[in-house]
Amino acid sequence: MREVAILGVGQTQFGELWDRSFREIGIEAGFQALESSKLSSRDLSALYIGNMASGAFIDQEHVAPLVLDYSGLSGHHFPSVRVEAGEASGAVALAQAYLAVASGEYDFVVVGGAEKMTDVPEDRGSAISSSTMDQEWERVFGASMPALWALAARRHMIDHGTKREHFARLSVLDHENGSKNPLAHYRNKITLEQVLGANAVAEPLGMLDCAPSSDGAAAVVLGPLDRARKFTDTPIRIAASQIATDTMALMHRRDITTLDSTVLAAKRAFQRAKLQPSQIPLAEIHDSYSIAGLMALEDLGFYQKGEAGKALANGEVGIGTRLAINTSGGLKAQGQPFGAVGIAQVVEIVRQLRGEAGARQVSGATVGLAHNVGGTGATSVVHILERVN
Amino acid sequence: MSVARFWRETLRRYNLGASKCPDCETVFFPPRPVCPRCAVHRKSIAKMEPCQLSGHGKVYSYTIVHEAADGFEMQVPYVLAMVQMSEGPMLTGQIVDVEPSQVKEGLEVKASFRKLREEGEGGVIHYGYKFAPASQAPKAP
Amino acid sequence: MKAAGVGIVSYGTYVPRYRITPDEIGKVWGVDGKAMGKNLNIHSKSVPSPDEDTITISTEALRVAIARGKIDPRDIGALYVGSESHPYAVKPTATVVAQAIGATPSLTAADFEFACKAGTAAIQVCMGMVSSGMIKYGVAIGSDTSQGAPGDALEYSASAGGGAFIIGKGPVIARIDATSSYTTDTPDFWRREGQRYPSHGGRFTGEPAFFRHVTECAKRIMSEQGTKPSDYQYVVFHQPNGKFPQRAGKMLGFTDDQMRYGLVTPYIGNTYSGAALIGLANVLDHAKPGDHVLVVGYGSGAGSDAFDITVTDEIATYDRSTGTPVQESLESGTPLTYAVYAKFRGKIRLSGS
Repeated sequence: MREVAILGVGQTQFGELWDRSFREIGIEAGFQALESSKLSSRDLSALYIGNMASGAFIDQEHVAPLVLDYSGLSGHHFPSVRVEAGEASGAVALAQAYLAVASGEYDFVVVGGAEKMTDVPEDRGSAISSSTMDQEWERVFGASMPALWALAARRHMIDHGTKREHFARLSVLDHENGSKNPLAHYRNKITLEQVLGANAVAEPLGMLDCAPSSDGAAAVVLGPLDRARKFTDTPIRIAASQIATDTMALMHRRDITTLDSTVLAAKRAFQRAKLQPSQIPLAEIHDSYSIAGLMALEDLGFYQKGEAGKALANGEVGIGTRLAINTSGGLKAQGQPFGAVGIAQVVEIVRQLRGEAGARQVSGATVGLAHNVGGTGATSVVHILERVN
Repeated sequence: MSVARFWRETLRRYNLGASKCPDCETVFFPPRPVCPRCAVHRKSIAKMEPCQLSGHGKVYSYTIVHEAADGFEMQVPYVLAMVQMSEGPMLTGQIVDVEPSQVKEGLEVKASFRKLREEGEGGVIHYGYKFAPASQAPKAP
Repeated sequence: MKAAGVGIVSYGTYVPRYRITPDEIGKVWGVDGKAMGKNLNIHSKSVPSPDEDTITISTEALRVAIARGKIDPRDIGALYVGSESHPYAVKPTATVVAQAIGATPSLTAADFEFACKAGTAAIQVCMGMVSSGMIKYGVAIGSDTSQGAPGDALEYSASAGGGAFIIGKGPVIARIDATSSYTTDTPDFWRREGQRYPSHGGRFTGEPAFFRHVTECAKRIMSEQGTKPSDYQYVVFHQPNGKFPQRAGKMLGFTDDQMRYGLVTPYIGNTYSGAALIGLANVLDHAKPGDHVLVVGYGSGAGSDAFDITVTDEIATYDRSTGTPVQESLESGTPLTYAVYAKFRGKIRLSGS
């Protein structure tokens, strides 16, 4: 297995992109990534696209060759593969592409993630968003995604003394960071009082504990590390790429206050990267719901179970502390185009490690972590990225 | 959900039919074809025994849902809970016949037969389990 | 008709938990609801949740009966559900109920409809099938989620609930010694196919309909049995409101004391096909061995079914504590405003419907 590096990144605006289609945003992110890597399309071996539900959102399956075609690359006839793993589709696509390059089979590949979520009415949108839970034994009985995360939140409060204010802090933090990201869906700052006072969705979660439905796409270009310097001055090495899974339904978990899939993906990733959680100053964590972000801080190994809430309340997490999280704005503020999330997280880490993050730049970080979750944790993916000097 | 897709699970959804591993005796709901607990999976393939849940359990976690799942709009706000059944399995379902604010962790509940949703006005009606407090007697108006 | 060796093996009831008062209904329509309630002898009526219907009510009632009687559902050879509010116009209520209690597939099942007496008609059919030896146990359910049109007099009484009776040869907690019916074509109340709410003949529902059929049927069975009102500890009439059965009782010579357990409508409203059965259940909840009970059901359209019942020694050891006793349903309930009631009962026109 050879070392793999990220050579270029690209990302569209996240948000309600009324005037832009699925294929347009997919192409834009891909070309940006290619541009930034100085690679020619002739150099590419394959395209991977992480996408959760194009069939449901835009009645279009088979989107991988579609994006390739409208990118003007159909003449190359190279493999174009869609990867689906719920909201973790982006990171799982990246993990597949990483393996393909690491194996030596492919040299240069583009990995994109894209979702067009606003072409359906809102009620249809929430139904599609619920499709990553167990349809037969959760959804049929009245479960929604926020309701399932609320069940985890309630139990976290019971078992670990976590307070509603604790996870509300994550939304405040996300919006603070999102305000500095021109590509973010939401760029307004919000207060703790606003989060606590927002309309209830599924108690204890309110409207401002929930990430939005967004349109958007992101892409990265991968290649062998030993050939990376030809294309970029700042290659970012993929130090670890790990996927772990768990039961489909939340109710069948060993413990609903922890995602074992995240714990295991992180553990394997840290082993692979020969790093400890304390050595990570920068992380993009999957906070589709604020409580999910709080649990991630614990499950990734940054905090003991039951300690993340207090750390958030004490302001121990954020830009300027020992652990900067969700500098992009996270899922809450940057937005949540399902298939694009996992790639956008990696794009943000790359920009930070390259010192290209503008107003939200974290100083001195040379390593960062990206954490993407599918469903309520049936799939978790952890990537650790490192700047190569 | 299509008629056949719901129909084929009615024995479980109407009547809480579960399965038990002949080896470790763990009870699973919904029934599983293989026991995930036993290390040697092949031992339990095609040997899982059907069994019946009593319908009694305790609330393990709960939420008051204000933004309904598709098809549950008329019941807002409703309580969704995870219920640990007395035989062991954890089920996700609504708690009905209760003031939402009265639901607490540990509340004893029993399965109740209710309408889950209708496929539109002219469509088929889906029935299945929900949970109600095991004992209650609110005062008459 | 004399019956021999047939009776009630077990029974159960189910009444939804929500209640609305005539006062609350009257406020919406500019009617003196308190006076209306007094006039009808109805203090409150039951209201089903949006997730309850005749199928769920029937199932819950039957589950109680099965648990109380420790019945093996596979011994049930026939299952009939009488209702005027079957959720489907075509597709049986009875099959869902049979599946939900685990009685399928070796049984016969069907839905009955005869306004408010479909449940008592089901009991008669079960008696015949059990007597003939065709089946071991027959289940007769009377259950409804009745609706009166908004603002109509029926809205003050039409409610929801059901009773399930398991009929068999023994051991029975109550013998059914005889049954008798009185049937004519009398259009006092009806609902045409496709109509949401029923129509009725106003005062025509009284003398020529309810009172004539109930009293004639009661007189007939007492004459056949050689009994008189004072021979019965309890009497149960169909009860479209709290007043009609009281008047019918007086006309026949029964006392308020004989009616005290059988009259449940004043607290839960008219549960239609469930009404006489829930009244009988309340009597059985309180009865002791040897008690003699007269039941006279009534269904518009019109007909009455009467039963001469004797409680046996088995009642002493029968488990009456499982499920909710009828008395508890009469004394409990969660009050609703008319607005929420209207939402629960689908009286509000929604977008897309």
